[in-house]
Amino acid sequence: MSALRVVLRDIRLVAARDLRIEARSRVVVDQVLPFAVLVLVLFGFALDADHRTLRTFAPGLFWVAVLLSALLAVQRSATLDAADGTGDALRMSGLPPVARYLGRATAVLVQLLVLEAVLVGGLVVLYGVSVGDWLLLGVAGLVAGVAVAAAGTLYGALASGLGARDTLLPVLVLPVLAPVLIGATRAFDDALGSAAVDGWAWTGLLAIAALVLTVVGASAHGALVED
Amino acid sequence: MERRAWGQGTTARYRGGVSVVELRAAVALLGRFPALSGVDLTIHAGETVLLRGPNGAGKTTLLHLCAGLLRPESGSVQVLDHDLTDGAGRRSVRRRVALLGHTTGLYEDLTVGENLRFWARAAGLSTVDADRRLDDARKRLEVSDRLVDQPVHTLSAGQRRRTSLAALLARRPDLWLLDEPHAGLDQSGRDLVDGLIGDAVAAGGTVVVSSHELDRVAALSPRMVTLAGGAVVDGSGADVPPPVAEPSIGQEDSR
Repeated sequence: MSALRVVLRDIRLVAARDLRIEARSRVVVDQVLPFAVLVLVLFGFALDADHRTLRTFAPGLFWVAVLLSALLAVQRSATLDAADGTGDALRMSGLPPVARYLGRATAVLVQLLVLEAVLVGGLVVLYGVSVGDWLLLGVAGLVAGVAVAAAGTLYGALASGLGARDTLLPVLVLPVLAPVLIGATRAFDDALGSAAVDGWAWTGLLAIAALVLTVVGASAHGALVED
Repeated sequence: MERRAWGQGTTARYRGGVSVVELRAAVALLGRFPALSGVDLTIHAGETVLLRGPNGAGKTTLLHLCAGLLRPESGSVQVLDHDLTDGAGRRSVRRRVALLGHTTGLYEDLTVGENLRFWARAAGLSTVDADRRLDDARKRLEVSDRLVDQPVHTLSAGQRRRTSLAALLARRPDLWLLDEPHAGLDQSGRDLVDGLIGDAVAAGGTVVVSSHELDRVAALSPRMVTLAGGAVVDGSGADVPPPVAEPSIGQEDSR
């Protein structure tokens, strides 16, 4: 078996494990998704339920809701390897750290995409938003999701490895994701017709950010979890 | 390049009394506290070694050091020909060592079967090899078919311990490090652990057991090593002759 196929097999193994655990525990479905929808509703109350204002700010509100909810999903994911010696067992298993990182990030990405899909539905139903460019919306959502999953997985491992309190994760990861928030909001501005910007150009920048974060995460993760 | 699975053709190299663990003036810290302060210890292939000593003597730390989970602060630490003062050496040795600690290493929301398959596949075994070895391990540890489909969070402490041991057994390690392996087990479970230790040694493996159940482990005819205050005070092994090499048995499977 080639080295690439071995790594891909290990990535699939780790991602399937995390998604199976999520399917059993339903933390994302029962807790993170309702939290995300609640954030959208509260933004609506805060802006006095004015549909025109909500439509204008919908892209930014959407991505703030995604980031806040992603923190919960990442935190939950990181705790899986802190429970009952599973972290040490992974270190003893011989699974390559890069496969552990990419497998976990893939599982987080799948959960984020479900979250984004539900929140887009929330924008349409609660804010009266209409989508002008579904393709741009999908691609930008996917690419930004990769960036969030890549950074979240790395910093989740860092916060977990430091034995730090859960409250440290947002302080570490949100500044790193600020550029992603800006790029994703601009791309959604275009896709939702909220502002006249070039959404594809912003999506290109997001792709670069996603690639950089993934490469840095895959390179640094081993040092965080192995020794 | 395929990752080499555990227990695939390495144990035989360690027959005949060559030294598997070699510690010289090894110091290990837990935080800033010196948990081991200058340990000298030699363990030969095929030996069963009982670590004994009061709480806080450094038994668990010594096992973690030999497993490659701790970085030695100073001194020399060689395990299975790997230099554990080096990060690459620690990473390499981990795949060849089974460590049963105070935790289970199991995912609570997965079933027993899912946990066992995950750990076997994580060790690099193919699906076919994993299934075959897990069948053997489950039979050996008497993990019933009914238990296989149960989530781990529904198991008793003893059932979890058996599941952890089955996961380790499927990997066929060269060196077993067992920290209080009888804890939480009923009488039949304790007998199974004793049998497992005997099997491991018969198959050419080396077993290091930390236990307060001295009578039970002493019946396995181990060498005793006494720790106190983070150092070996008796039985370091410098004057212990290596065991006589025995013919290979019980090493079938995918080599």
